[in-house]
Amino acid sequence: MFVHPFMVYALIAGTAVALAAGPAGYLLVLRGQVFTADAMSHVAFTGALAALAFGIDPRIGLAVAVLAAASVLGGLGNRGRADDVVIGGLFALVLGLGVLFLSLYSSGRSGSHGTAGVGVLFGSILGLDAQQTAITVIVVAAVLAGLALIGRPLLLATLDEAVAAARGVPVRVVGYSYLALVGLIVAQATQVVGALLVLGLLAAPGGAARRLTTRPGPAAALAAAAIAVASIWIGLTASYTLPTVPPSFSITAVAATCFALAALPRPRTRKSTSPETTGTGTTETVRRAPASVPSDDQATARTRAP
Amino acid sequence: MSAPWWDPIAMIDQMWALPFMVNAFRAGTLAAALAGTTGWFMVARRQAFAGHTLSVVGFPGAAGAALIGAPVWAGYLGFCTATALVLTGPRGRSGSSSTPRQGTSRGDGAAVGTVQAVSLACGFLFVALYAGLLGGTTSLLFGSFLGITTGQVTFLAGVSLLVLVALALLGRPLLFATVDPDVAAARGVPVRRLDMAFLLLLALAVAGAVQVTGALLVFTLLVLPAATAQRLTCRPAAAVALSVAIAVLVVWTALTVAFYTPYPFGFWLSTLAFTGYLLAVATSRAGHLRHIRLQLHRPRS
Repeated sequence: MFVHPFMVYALIAGTAVALAAGPAGYLLVLRGQVFTADAMSHVAFTGALAALAFGIDPRIGLAVAVLAAASVLGGLGNRGRADDVVIGGLFALVLGLGVLFLSLYSSGRSGSHGTAGVGVLFGSILGLDAQQTAITVIVVAAVLAGLALIGRPLLLATLDEAVAAARGVPVRVVGYSYLALVGLIVAQATQVVGALLVLGLLAAPGGAARRLTTRPGPAAALAAAAIAVASIWIGLTASYTLPTVPPSFSITAVAATCFALAALPRPRTRKSTSPETTGTGTTETVRRAPASVPSDDQATARTRAP
Repeated sequence: MSAPWWDPIAMIDQMWALPFMVNAFRAGTLAAALAGTTGWFMVARRQAFAGHTLSVVGFPGAAGAALIGAPVWAGYLGFCTATALVLTGPRGRSGSSSTPRQGTSRGDGAAVGTVQAVSLACGFLFVALYAGLLGGTTSLLFGSFLGITTGQVTFLAGVSLLVLVALALLGRPLLFATVDPDVAAARGVPVRRLDMAFLLLLALAVAGAVQVTGALLVFTLLVLPAATAQRLTCRPAAAVALSVAIAVLVVWTALTVAFYTPYPFGFWLSTLAFTGYLLAVATSRAGHLRHIRLQLHRPRS
C-alpha cells in the first residue's frame, strides 16, 4: 500500500485533516453548531466551483468562500451563533449560486469538466500531490495552533457564556475565530472527502467523543481526533483492498459506525454521565431560556438545577 | 423566435405549447404547495437541519434505485422514510436531543449530521458501483425540470394529496405540540408520536418534491418561502397560505426565467426565493421601526 506515492500522500493529508477535524468537530457538537458547519461545507462547494468557473485555483476559492461564510454566519447571529432558519436560507442561496457556477463551468466543455462538480462534492483524496499535501499539513498545523490558543476560553464560553463574559472572555471574538478555524478545516477537508461529506469527519467523531467521555477538555479532543484518524486509515485501507468502494464512502462509513457504537444506549451508565450532560443542558436552557423546554429524562435534572 | 418580454401571455403560450413545460409547471406547482406547507411547520419547529438531512437523502434514494433497477420514486420514498425513522428512533430512547422546540438541529446535531454524511456517502457509493450514472449525478443533485413525465406528476399529485390531508388532520395538535410541547403533553397530546409523524410527512413531501428540484435544492423550497411567510405574519393559517403562495410564485417565475435564459433552474429558484426573503426582512424591520416610533410619540396619559 505504501509503495504508491498517492496512497502515502492520501494518508498524510487525511491524517492531518482528521487531527484538526476531530477536536473542532467536538466543539462544534458541544456548541450545537453542526448545522453551521453543514452550511459552510456547501459554501465551500460554491467557492471551489466559482474559482473553477473563473479560472482561478479552486483552493483559493475555497479559502475565500469559507472565511467569508464564517464572518457572515458569525455576524448574523446573537453572539456568533446564527438562527438555523437564517443559516438555511443563506446556504440555499449559496447552493443556487453553486449550480450557476457549475453550469457556467461545465457548459460548452466536455470530459473532465463535466465531472468537476462531482470531484468537489465528493472529494478526491487519492489525487493529491506532494505540494497539496504539504499545504494541507501547514494549514492544519496553523489551525491546531489556533485551536490550542483559543481552546480554553472557547470551552468556557461554550459551557457558560454568561460566566465567560463576566470573566472577561471576549465571547464574540472567540466565537468568530472559532468559526474561521472551522472554515479552514472545511476547506481542507473538502479536498479530502469532498464538500458533501465534510460533516462525516466533523460531526461523527465529535458526537462520538461527546458520548464517550464526560470530560470536556483534552480527553474529548483526543478521543475525537483518534476516531477521525482511525476513520481515515481504516477507510483508506478498505478502499485500497476493495477498489470499487470510493474512499469518501469508506471513511464516512467508519466514522459513522464509531458514532453509532458510541451512541448506543448503555445499561445504567447514565448515572455517571449525568453531571456533564446536565451541565451543558442547563447552560443551554439558560441561554435560550424562553425557547427551550426540557424533555423527559433531562427534565428533572434541569428543573432541579436552577 | 422567442416571445417579447413585455408580452407575458405570449410567453406562457409559447412555453405551454411544449408538453414537458406543462409537466414542469404542474409538478412545480404541486411541489411548491407541498414544500410550502410542510416547510412552514419545519421552520416553526426549528427542524431545518433535520429537513435538510431528509432532503439530501433523495440522492442516495435515486442512485440506489438506479443501481438495483427499481423505479426512482420507490428509491426516494424508501430512503426518505427510512431516514425519518432513523432520525426519530434513537431520540426516543436516549433523549439526548429530543424536544421539538429545541429541534433536532439545536440539541446536539451530531446524529443528524452523521446521518446526512452517511446517506450522501451511500449515494456516492451507489453511483460508483453503478458506474454509468456519473454524468447524471449533477442532475440527481440539482434536478432537471426538463424530463418530468406525466407519471411523475401523477405520483407527485398522490403524495401531495396524502401529505396535505394528513397535515390538515394533524395540524391542530401538531401546532399545539410545536408552540408549547410541555402544555401539549400535559393536555394529552402525543407529542413524541406527532414528532415522528411530522418527520414522516416531511420525508414524503421531500420524496415528492425532490424530482423537480433535485436533492440539494429541495431544501430551498422548504425553508425560504416558509421563512419569508413567518417574517410577514404570525397567524399560522395565514402564514401557511402565504408560504404556499410564495413558493408557487417563485417556482413559476423561476421556471419561466430558466426557460428563457441559459442559466439553470436551481439558481433562479434559490435566488428569487432569497430575494423574497430579503424583501420580507426589510419590510418587517421597517414595520417594526414604525411601530416603535409610534409608541415613542404616543402622548402619555
